[in-house]
Amino acid sequence: MDESAEAKNDHIGILNLQGGIVEHQDHMMRLGVACVPVRRKQDLVGLAGLIIPGGESTCLGRLIRNAGLDREICEAYEEGLQLWGTCAGAILLAQHVNNDAPHLGLIDITISRNAFGSQLASFHEEIRIPELAAESIPLTFIRAPKITKVGSDVTALGRIDDCIIAAETENILVTVFHPELTSSLAFHRHFAHKCGLTTDCDGKSSLIDPHWSPYSWTRQYQQR
Amino acid sequence: MENKRYQLNSQLAQMLKGGVIMDVTTPEHARIAEQAGAVAVMALERVPADIREQGGVARMSDPALIKEIQDSVSIPVMAKARIGHTVEAQILEALQIDYIDESEVLTPADEECHVEKHAFSIPFVCGARDLGEACRRIAEGAAMIRTKGEAGTGDIVEAVRHMRAVNRGVKHLVGMNDEEITPYCKEHGIPYEIARQVKELGRLPVVNFAAGGIATPADAALMMKMGCDGVFVGSGIFKSGDPQKRAEAIVQGTAYYDDPPTLAEVSKGLGEAMVGSGVNTIPEEELMAGRGW
Repeated sequence: MDESAEAKNDHIGILNLQGGIVEHQDHMMRLGVACVPVRRKQDLVGLAGLIIPGGESTCLGRLIRNAGLDREICEAYEEGLQLWGTCAGAILLAQHVNNDAPHLGLIDITISRNAFGSQLASFHEEIRIPELAAESIPLTFIRAPKITKVGSDVTALGRIDDCIIAAETENILVTVFHPELTSSLAFHRHFAHKCGLTTDCDGKSSLIDPHWSPYSWTRQYQQR
Repeated sequence: MENKRYQLNSQLAQMLKGGVIMDVTTPEHARIAEQAGAVAVMALERVPADIREQGGVARMSDPALIKEIQDSVSIPVMAKARIGHTVEAQILEALQIDYIDESEVLTPADEECHVEKHAFSIPFVCGARDLGEACRRIAEGAAMIRTKGEAGTGDIVEAVRHMRAVNRGVKHLVGMNDEEITPYCKEHGIPYEIARQVKELGRLPVVNFAAGGIATPADAALMMKMGCDGVFVGSGIFKSGDPQKRAEAIVQGTAYYDDPPTLAEVSKGLGEAMVGSGVNTIPEEELMAGRGW
C-alpha cells in the first residue's frame, strides 16, 4: 500500500483477527480492488470500507473490544466508513441479537445466531437479486444466523422462505451467508460500489469467475 | 459423501482459521471457553492429561454430556471418536454435533483402518505427524487436519516436530520435478492425487491446526508462526490456575502471533500454567501420537 492510496480512501480493509479473511482478500483481488488487513486502530486510517468476515462472533467481539477497535469502528462509521458484515460479521453489526448482547449495534436488524442448526444443516442455495447481478447468485450458508426483523430504514436485499438473508442501509451491508466462498463476485462488487470504488468487473454482465475454485483461498498463502 | 457436502465441511474449517478450539468437560467450562473467545469446543469426559494419569480405555464421551454441552453454547461443538471406530462416529453424527475428531487421545479401536470418512455427511478432523499421514487422512475424507503433538503433556516439542515435518514434506513436493512425485509418494505413503494438489497449492488443501502440548499464548503463537491455521488447546486451559484468563490470553496470542509487544502484554500474570510432563520422561508405550498411521 502506498501513501497516495491512503490519502484517497481508495482501498478496503478486512478485519484480520479470526475467520475467513483470505477468502475476502482473494475475491477483492479478482475485482482489482486494493485490500489491507485491519488489526489495530491505525489500520482504519484512509479506508473507504471495512469487511467484517465470517468466523465466530463471540471470538471477534472479544478481540475487537480488547483492542479498543469497537469504539474506533463506530467512530469511523460516523465519519463515513462503509461496513460489510458476512455471517459472524453481520452479528457484530446488528443492533439486536436474540439471547445475546449486541456488539457494535450499528444496523437496525434483529439476528439469531446459528439459527439453521448444526453443521449438518449447512447448505448451498441460489437466488436472483437483479440489482446485483443478471444471473442467479450462488450462496453458501455455514451454521448461518437468521435475520428475523429489520428496521424501517433497512432494505431487505434477499430472502429465503421467511427469513431475510441480506440487508442494507446507505452505509452498511449485512449478509448471513458467505459470498467469499462461492464463484460469484456480485456482492463484493456491490460493496466496492457502495464504497465509491470502481472495479475491473464494472459493466460485465456475468459476475461468476470461472477461475475460482474451492481451493482459491490457499493462493493467499503462496504470496506470503 | 457428496462433493458439495465435503466442500461445506472444509469451508466450516476455513471459518475457524486464526482461532482456538478448547477441550471442555462440563457445560460451565464450555460457556467459559465461548466467552473467552474459543471458535469451537471439544466435548470430552476427561481432558488428555487426566486420561494419561488415570489410564484405562478411553472411549467416546457420554452422549448426554455432549448434548448438555451442545445446549450450552452456540459455537461449534466437536467430539472425539476412537481411531477406526465407525459406530462411535455414527453415534456422534446422529447427535448432530458439528465436527468429529478421530483422535489418538482415545484408545484406538482399529490398528489397521481409520474410519472411511467419505461415507459420512458430518466433517472429520484427524491428527497427523507428517505430510504423508495428513494426506492419507484427507484421502479418506478428513475435511480438516491437526498436527498431533503429544496431548496432555503441556510440552510443545512434539507439536513443533510434527508441524516441521508437514512443512518439510510440502517444501519437498513443491521443489520436485513431476517425475519425482511417484517415488516420493511411494516412500512416504502419500496418495498421488493429494500429493499433486499439495504441490500445486504449496500447502495442504485443507485447514491445518496445531494440537498437543499448547499451554501458553507463546506456544500458540509459535505454532501460528510455523504456519498452522489455528490451534487446539486441550488440558492447557482447564488444568491451569486461572482457566478464563488463560483462555482469553491464548485467543489473543493466536490472533497477534506476529506481534511480540502484544504477546508480552497478554502473557502477564496468567497464574499457574498446567504442570505438565516432559515428553522425554514418558515411556514409549504411553505416547499417544504413535496411535494411527
